Amino acid sequence: MILQLITSFIAASAFCVLFNAPVRALLQCGFAGMIGWMLYLQLDDRWDTVVATFGATVVVGVISQFFARSFKMPVIIFSVGGIIPLVPGGLAYDAMRKFVENDNNQGIQFGVQALLLSGAIAAGLVLSEVLGQMFRRKNTSE
Amino acid sequence: MDSTSNNSNTTAHDIIDLCLLAGKIMLQSGAETYRVEDTMSRMAASLGFPGAHSYVTPTVIMFTTSRTEPVKLFRIAERTTDLQKVSEVNDISRRLSERQLTAAEARERLGTVDDAAHAYPVWLQTLAAALTGACFTVMFKGSLWDALPSLLISGVGFAAVTYLHRLVQIRFFAEFIASFLIGLLAFFSVKLGIGQEMDKIIIGCVMPLVPGLLITNAVRDLMAGHLVSGLSKGADAFLTAFAIGTGIGLVLSLF
Repeated sequence: MILQLITSFIAASAFCVLFNAPVRALLQCGFAGMIGWMLYLQLDDRWDTVVATFGATVVVGVISQFFARSFKMPVIIFSVGGIIPLVPGGLAYDAMRKFVENDNNQGIQFGVQALLLSGAIAAGLVLSEVLGQMFRRKNTSE
Repeated sequence: MDSTSNNSNTTAHDIIDLCLLAGKIMLQSGAETYRVEDTMSRMAASLGFPGAHSYVTPTVIMFTTSRTEPVKLFRIAERTTDLQKVSEVNDISRRLSERQLTAAEARERLGTVDDAAHAYPVWLQTLAAALTGACFTVMFKGSLWDALPSLLISGVGFAAVTYLHRLVQIRFFAEFIASFLIGLLAFFSVKLGIGQEMDKIIIGCVMPLVPGLLITNAVRDLMAGHLVSGLSKGADAFLTAFAIGTGIGLVLSLF
């Protein structure tokens, strides 16, 4: 458990180095990635993977909105770090490998799963953005 | 009257160029399509062109002020992910609309952002890729013993992609060779008894190369109604995944 915490933190912030995130954003990126991954692991035990990914992404999105506001940087910097562990890159590669190995049925299965997961992530990000907008509107109207 | 309209015409050209430059940097650095369009029209609006329109796809930006000035087009050939630049352009555009910067100052700052090299040197990026690979191996339920070879192999894989991409201009070829190398090294590390599960090592090591973010961005673009961008990003991601899958698959079928 603690091992997962540490590794997801390092993985997310190291990935942000690959994406040339500003140095002062690396810690927050790692934090967002860690939260997302831990939440995903917890939810994945109980519910479907797609639901778990969606839930984790919404939380990551909200955290990134918060970070973006307080550090005055675009949301994408933090949300990328946060969703990197959740993103179905491994599945996409698995699907292609199955196709190359002539195992078409498994390939299609993995491919569809990857598509559904990326849909869940995209929907989660959009939902968190909508939530952020609603929150802002409420704050300004009061 | 004649001279003033002439004068405003030249600045209009400058403003169009300014917006296009901002859009170009953002698109080349991997910003989302809607963000590029939004930033460009905001900048144009703050410089006196409220009705400006842009059409952005992964390969081209078109920009018009919807007045008599000509439509300008910019072609994008090379795309990377560089969040630093996205953030800086965002900052410049925000300052511009808050009137903290003039158009000329913004133009100058955009020029420096455009010329800037990557924020991190290659060795640091390779180190980061190595760490990512090792951590993902553990996250995907590999043992700590598998993390050690992953650390080495993913570093080598990332260095190979970077170097080969400089050598040959076709990205998919570089990805194919690099993933072949990763598969080969993973196979031998298991053979030599350094690693235990080849599958876990491979999946951790390909994570720095894999187009997960691109797939998500593609679906996001599709949901936002940017159908052309979404489909072309999807095709891009598909080709990358295909190159990596083929590289690894080749190793697995050889042995």
